[in-house]
Amino acid sequence: MNKILKSIYMPILAVIIAIIIGSIIMLVTGFNPLAAYASLFIGAFGTLPNIANTLANAVPLIITGLGVAIAFNAGLFNIGAEGQYWIGAIVATWIGYSFKGLPWYIHIPFALIGAMVAAGLWGGIVPGFAKAYTGAHEVITTMMMSYVAIYFSHYLLEFGPMMEKGSVPQSPLIKDSAIIPTILRNTQLSYGIFIAIAAALFVYWLMYKTVWGYEMRAVGFNQRASKYAGMNVPLNIVLSLSLSGIFAGLAGAVQILGVQHRLYDSFTSGYGYTAIVVALLAKNNPIGVVFSALLFAALGTGSQYMQLNAQVPGQLADVITGLIIFFVAADKIIEVLKSMFKKQKKEELAS
Amino acid sequence: MKEILLNPQLWSATLAMATPLALPALGGTFSERSGVVNIAMEGIMLIAAFFAVLFAHLTGSAWLGLLGAIVVGMIVAVIFAWAAVTLTADQVILGMAINIFASGFTAYLLNTIFGFSGTPTDTPMLPNINIPVIKNIPFIGQILSGNSVIVYLMIILIFASNYFLFHTNLGLRIRAVGENPEAAETAGINVIKLRYLGVALSGLFSAIGGAYLSIGLLNSFSTDMSSGRGYIALAAMIFGKWTPFGSFGAALLFGFATALSMQLQNSAMSKNIIMMLPYILTVLALVGVGGKSVSPAADGVPYTPKK
Repeated sequence: MNKILKSIYMPILAVIIAIIIGSIIMLVTGFNPLAAYASLFIGAFGTLPNIANTLANAVPLIITGLGVAIAFNAGLFNIGAEGQYWIGAIVATWIGYSFKGLPWYIHIPFALIGAMVAAGLWGGIVPGFAKAYTGAHEVITTMMMSYVAIYFSHYLLEFGPMMEKGSVPQSPLIKDSAIIPTILRNTQLSYGIFIAIAAALFVYWLMYKTVWGYEMRAVGFNQRASKYAGMNVPLNIVLSLSLSGIFAGLAGAVQILGVQHRLYDSFTSGYGYTAIVVALLAKNNPIGVVFSALLFAALGTGSQYMQLNAQVPGQLADVITGLIIFFVAADKIIEVLKSMFKKQKKEELAS
Repeated sequence: MKEILLNPQLWSATLAMATPLALPALGGTFSERSGVVNIAMEGIMLIAAFFAVLFAHLTGSAWLGLLGAIVVGMIVAVIFAWAAVTLTADQVILGMAINIFASGFTAYLLNTIFGFSGTPTDTPMLPNINIPVIKNIPFIGQILSGNSVIVYLMIILIFASNYFLFHTNLGLRIRAVGENPEAAETAGINVIKLRYLGVALSGLFSAIGGAYLSIGLLNSFSTDMSSGRGYIALAAMIFGKWTPFGSFGAALLFGFATALSMQLQNSAMSKNIIMMLPYILTVLALVGVGGKSVSPAADGVPYTPKK
């Protein structure tokens, strides 16, 4: 119990400091932070549909966040989850609308698996092999591949092969047999939430209860030592980046089949980047990812409500997100503050 | 195709689009040569772009707008340096945090200060400069003359940076700190100070690049207007093998891809394919096709001085 408390102490402190700085920004710009946070909370959890939408928002964050966490566990920074998400979404959409007459129990798994394979290859093959055999930094390669994926989706949708007839850059709707049904009517919450929870349990089992997970974590902890212990380091690098891509792709597919039902032309889903934040705050623990995804999903749904009801621009959520990550990364700030506080006390005593 | 290539607009647009990539690429070169990976340049550009408009609007002078943008950009860079160098936090994560913060903070301020209608239309712009003699040469004159003052500033900075980095003592020290901080410290060099300098310079150049976007090319700010240029600049820097001239060359190439895709507005297919090229080229450069790009040895590794 004490161990758990210790590991969640820093992330919670980071959230609190970020909320306080957010309040200061609101005060300076003439808003009432208490009213803003209250409406943010109501927007996220106030009614049953609001709760459902928060949960729905958490689904892609949980699944993508798990992927990012796997790579982090292996000491790799998959900053390109966004692109892998797009590849998954593209493939799931394509399978979703091009195959007719399949029963749902074949069509849905087909779309999900197709998306996972494609995104796994996208994230695993180029960045994975590049890292394993030439040392090319995965932060840059995954980021570059991400842009390629996004432009690829523009190419497909803007007068390209996946564009629906007409002048709107979007794909056709997927067939009914590929739709993951909604749980609560008029909300975005689909049965995809169970896929997300199952994924979290699976990743926990994989990373902490199997040899493969142990090896990936060992490589992340110390590559040289793992190599001398006889582990195949390049294989584990490719494997963990592929798994990272597989989950990002699954997230894209679940979002298409469960919520959007078609592919829209847009520059960012936002999930790929927030997923990194989710994994960081959870300290890459798969179960922690679920809770941290819920927090950021709540910030997302709550901030829209806050903008409507307290007139505070919703982008405040991004300000707070950025601050949280800053303080999680720079956790030594706490020590600096502590030592400053101690010094002040000493000086007070001396005078 | 021939018609497009002979259009001087394509080439002046190449220069205009290369400038906001070359400046942060140059900044990134300093930062990474000193051993700090700075992906926060994207956020610094965005913040600078916003404050350039704000200060230009408040003072009525585009030059004071540029100055304000530089001051704010460098403050953010120094905060980043403090967390990354002094507190030895993970540089990529910090950079991401600053980018998310910058995106939210500028959009928040845009809405609270200027309202939902956007920045005022009477915001002053930095001047364009006509070069005597050259401006009268056909074709060449249309490309090289009449650009924003920042374009010419950028070209001067490229040469100055190359001189500074490779022909001065301080430049040599910055490079030493990024390659082998232990050895540099043994030789009496202050690793921490030089890394602060590297990051501060990246803040300076990114801020000029950001101000160029909002008060050089336009006279307004819109949310997320840096649109990934800080990241593309990193790619240009890598493609240019961490040198000022290389970064500039890569920025020109990437700027050309952007300019060409703008000319090809009507055939959307080729436009998006062309936009992919810079990213594919960068991956190829990293894995070693056409001469491998190798980063400074201590790039991205925090250093704790031995005392």
